[in-house]
Amino acid sequence: MYKYDAIDRQLILDRVEQFRDQVNRWQAGELTDDEFRPLRLQNGLYIQRHAPMFRIAVPYGMLNSAQLRKLAHVARQYDRGYGHFTTRHNLQLNWPKLTDVPDILAELAEVDLHAIQTSGNCIRNITTDQFAGVAADEIIDPRPLAEILRQWSTFHPEFAFLPRKFKFAISGTEEDRAVTWFHDIGLHLKVVDGVTGFTVIVGGGLGRTPIRGQVVREFLPWQHILSYCEAILRVYNRFGRRDNAYKARIKILVQALGVEEFAKLVEAEWAHAKDGPATITQAEYERVAAHFGAPTYETISTVDADYQAKIVEEKAFARWVERNTHAHKVDGYAAVTLSLKPHGVAPGDITSEQMEVVADLADRYSFGELRISHEQNVILADVKLADLYTVWQQAKAAGLATPNIGLLTSIICCPGGDFCDLANAKSIPIATAIQQRFDDLDYLFDIGEIDLNISGCMNACGHHHVGHIGVLGVDKNNDEFYQVTLGGRQGNDAKLGKVIGPSFSAGEMPDVVEKIIQVYLENRHPDERFIDTFDRIGIDPFKNRVYEGRAHGKAKAAQKEAA
Amino acid sequence: MAQLIKQGALAADTWTTLTLAEEARPESVALPAGDVIFPLAVWLARKNEIVSCHKRIGLLLQPDDKVEEIAADLEYFVVIAINFPKFVDGRGYSTAALLRQRYHYQGELRAVGDVLHDQLFFMKRVGFDSYALKDGKNAVYAIDQGFSPFSATYQGSTDQPEPHFRRRTA
Repeated sequence: MYKYDAIDRQLILDRVEQFRDQVNRWQAGELTDDEFRPLRLQNGLYIQRHAPMFRIAVPYGMLNSAQLRKLAHVARQYDRGYGHFTTRHNLQLNWPKLTDVPDILAELAEVDLHAIQTSGNCIRNITTDQFAGVAADEIIDPRPLAEILRQWSTFHPEFAFLPRKFKFAISGTEEDRAVTWFHDIGLHLKVVDGVTGFTVIVGGGLGRTPIRGQVVREFLPWQHILSYCEAILRVYNRFGRRDNAYKARIKILVQALGVEEFAKLVEAEWAHAKDGPATITQAEYERVAAHFGAPTYETISTVDADYQAKIVEEKAFARWVERNTHAHKVDGYAAVTLSLKPHGVAPGDITSEQMEVVADLADRYSFGELRISHEQNVILADVKLADLYTVWQQAKAAGLATPNIGLLTSIICCPGGDFCDLANAKSIPIATAIQQRFDDLDYLFDIGEIDLNISGCMNACGHHHVGHIGVLGVDKNNDEFYQVTLGGRQGNDAKLGKVIGPSFSAGEMPDVVEKIIQVYLENRHPDERFIDTFDRIGIDPFKNRVYEGRAHGKAKAAQKEAA
Repeated sequence: MAQLIKQGALAADTWTTLTLAEEARPESVALPAGDVIFPLAVWLARKNEIVSCHKRIGLLLQPDDKVEEIAADLEYFVVIAINFPKFVDGRGYSTAALLRQRYHYQGELRAVGDVLHDQLFFMKRVGFDSYALKDGKNAVYAIDQGFSPFSATYQGSTDQPEPHFRRRTA
């Protein structure tokens, strides 16, 4: 992975001192709360329900073992011994003391970690595919360009105070695993006539107004990506709405202008910058790309006999291999997903002890590196098949081997009303209740692949719109309710789910999910996944079952009155 | 009274800014004498008049004023002030960048309004060279620390058009 040079490191150290000074001035009353707020947000620091919430950047999801050990230490020393991985690959601490944050940043800087632009109305952490560099279906490794974009966006003077937050995602594979259709800028790397470049998608987003992005440029040679993004950002910075925070994302501007008109403005702006100094040089690309070279893989021509035997002998191991490993482009290797979705634990949460186990596993079996996925799991990208059994045993002992990747209980979930100030409703207890209801592994495997995503409010940190089943916490007269959507999906055919009808109480949710699953099981054809059946039979059979015998409208009001 | 920072020191402000009262109209407002910074609407409505009776002319741009409208007039201005009504309104950074980078404005570019210590670095980078630091803020400390929190910059901007990767020696 990318190794910071003297300049990269100095900038992080400068940032620590800058923030320490800002905290001091705030405490001395020289900075008002309003003046301090955007500064602390741009260092990932929120003031939350119980305590500050502190978000540490994991640029494009890559970490090394030393960094993870430092995160374990920081979580133990300054928090309650655990952290939470988010859908933007970042690690959140829920209970740090605000006055400790400069010291935490200083500790993080020792291993080249920081919290730069993990919040605030600026360019945020860039996300990509957790299998970048190893995926069998990869066209181009997106990480070198992600790192170049990270540097470009870091302390960009013109774009530090945008109308609203701004998120990039890059994908370099056949199958999009980075939700690029739902980002402010989504980039698809591809090769056209031997030239490497991007399809540039703009104006997607989830949140309160979910919108699928639109192509602003079909093909842009890679050298121009910085100048082109500068043109997009400048148009947005100048003309994006600032009168209403809910209408300030770039998607609203693109919708208001229409993508053709927006593209015209961008192209006119870009005409001035094209081929200018921001054009990426071949030398720079090569310098950065050299950091992402393949590790020294062994040449493995035969499948390990012990591994094959274990698969046959141990059903539990076979299940884990089936669900939690991913095809690798090098023979004899697999990418392993360590599940942070054991039943009964907040999705994405990881203890300091678990971080240390993962760091050890990475050192022993995966070249000392790991990745975080937007599904909030940890990936060891380069594990030999012959090592899988040992890795499985050690991961299992640490509670990291729940074989549920892609299954119903591998829920994407935001921290929700237990922690977050924005939330309308709790999300973790819903996830936990559903996991308890579907605790039988045979049943889970029988149900097969399905994405269940839960957000505690319409800001959609839990990506509920793109879950096959989406759950959104809503507030109705100060009571927590949950709205259910069906048919959403990520990937190349990314689509928003449809609301099935009136919302449910927390207690009803496991039943609701169970009924939806029953409809699927009764209707599916052999080898049909949930989403395929849904596409074939439509939303009505699900709707009918879920609301069967349920009082509506006046009848419901009457029922309530009687009770 | 804001504290004007220029060339790394506090400086006296010799300019007055014409503010349009609510009932005043750009076409009819009385034009004060001396070194005056005019709102864009007044400049556009009274350009000939202003040019004929003022030697040194200043212009005030609001966040939603389009710099394109005065791109052909830049030779008239000794100072252009860009207003930041709230420091979190970042439009002025693009206005400044355009004035310097695209239209090659060479005169004084002044940040006015909600101008604070922690934004000075960004302002300097996009091309401002004078700063009306908000009243009550520590100007000495701002001059000492506010412009240089970072010892290097990655991306190009007005103060250093070449991005860091083009300046690498190795």
